[in-house]
Amino acid sequence: MKVPAMKAEAYAERRVELEGWPVNVTSWRLGETWHANADNVSPGATLARVAAASRQEAEEKAIARARELLSRTHRRAV
Amino acid sequence: MYNQHMSDYAHPEVLVTTQWVADHAADPNVRVVEIDVDTKAYDEGHVPGAIAWAWNTQLCDTLTRDILSKEQFERLNNDSGVGNDTTLVLYGDNNNWFAAWAFWQAKIYGHKDVRLMDGGRKKWLLEGRELSTDKPAVKPASGYRASEADLSLRAFLPQVQEAERSHGAAMIDVRSPQEFTGEILAPPGLPETCQRGGHIPGARNVPWATAANQDGTFKSFDELRQLYGKEGVDGSKPVIAYCRIGERSSHTWFVLKYLLGYNNVRNYDGSWTEWGNLVGAPVERGAAAAASQR
Repeated sequence: MKVPAMKAEAYAERRVELEGWPVNVTSWRLGETWHANADNVSPGATLARVAAASRQEAEEKAIARARELLSRTHRRAV
Repeated sequence: MYNQHMSDYAHPEVLVTTQWVADHAADPNVRVVEIDVDTKAYDEGHVPGAIAWAWNTQLCDTLTRDILSKEQFERLNNDSGVGNDTTLVLYGDNNNWFAAWAFWQAKIYGHKDVRLMDGGRKKWLLEGRELSTDKPAVKPASGYRASEADLSLRAFLPQVQEAERSHGAAMIDVRSPQEFTGEILAPPGLPETCQRGGHIPGARNVPWATAANQDGTFKSFDELRQLYGKEGVDGSKPVIAYCRIGERSSHTWFVLKYLLGYNNVRNYDGSWTEWGNLVGAPVERGAAAAASQR
């Protein structure tokens, strides 16, 4: 059955620092589902993409996953 | 199709606005394709009528490290219901990272009318436009014929080595400053995929995202000309762009080749995962010397 298209609503973007790295957290609602992404600001790669029942829950999950990945990044002296 | 701001670009015909896509996605001669870094993004919701191409399985040879062969590119288009005269509109997440990668391959194989949706998935979401979770039924085509590969758009290792020795081309490293200096070996949070950090000696660092506005659209012609011009890239000599695996640099390649109109621009898709793993390859660490010192 064809699912009717829905509009993305309440798109929001904010910047947080996780493990010393700037991270963009974006979230929006599609129907009853909230989506959140966490991207490293530079270069802008997606670290986490999650869906949840509320914006807060989606963002918290995305941030937790991003933090876990970023904690493994090894900085070298140059 | 494109707005006033786009008309300043050297080739504005390769860009379309989100509004144009909303108006034309269902046209029979238009095929809209989403290509994401994170291939799950499409399933969350996409431009109604769009199909998806996965960069890691459908836009590369999965055995040999290479782009698609001519035959594979033909098969992809046939399977996607794309004909030689189809207007192919590409978009994706991360300001069109991998959409630009697909655009680059489409140009290598001579697809006549391929365009990027300016701003990509981000702008579509930002504008609160319709998203669909339906995967459209595609009627496969059978007659797609790709041209022989135009290798003037692609740099291979020997050409990059020669350019490094002779300074015969401007080398643009489009990774983050921390990857460029060697502080990190891959983007933060991603697996390390090289043995050495740093950059190709003589390369200038112009991170890919500096070419984009906050909403994911490309900066204006004047802003782009200034951005690259101050690093010595003004179209007067050949340019080679590279990053880690060649997708970010295809975004920069697109900017230099089609928005600024520089003729001789190549994407080095071997990029740092080739150079940074090569035995004996010269590597420079730390910040680059000022352009005027070279």
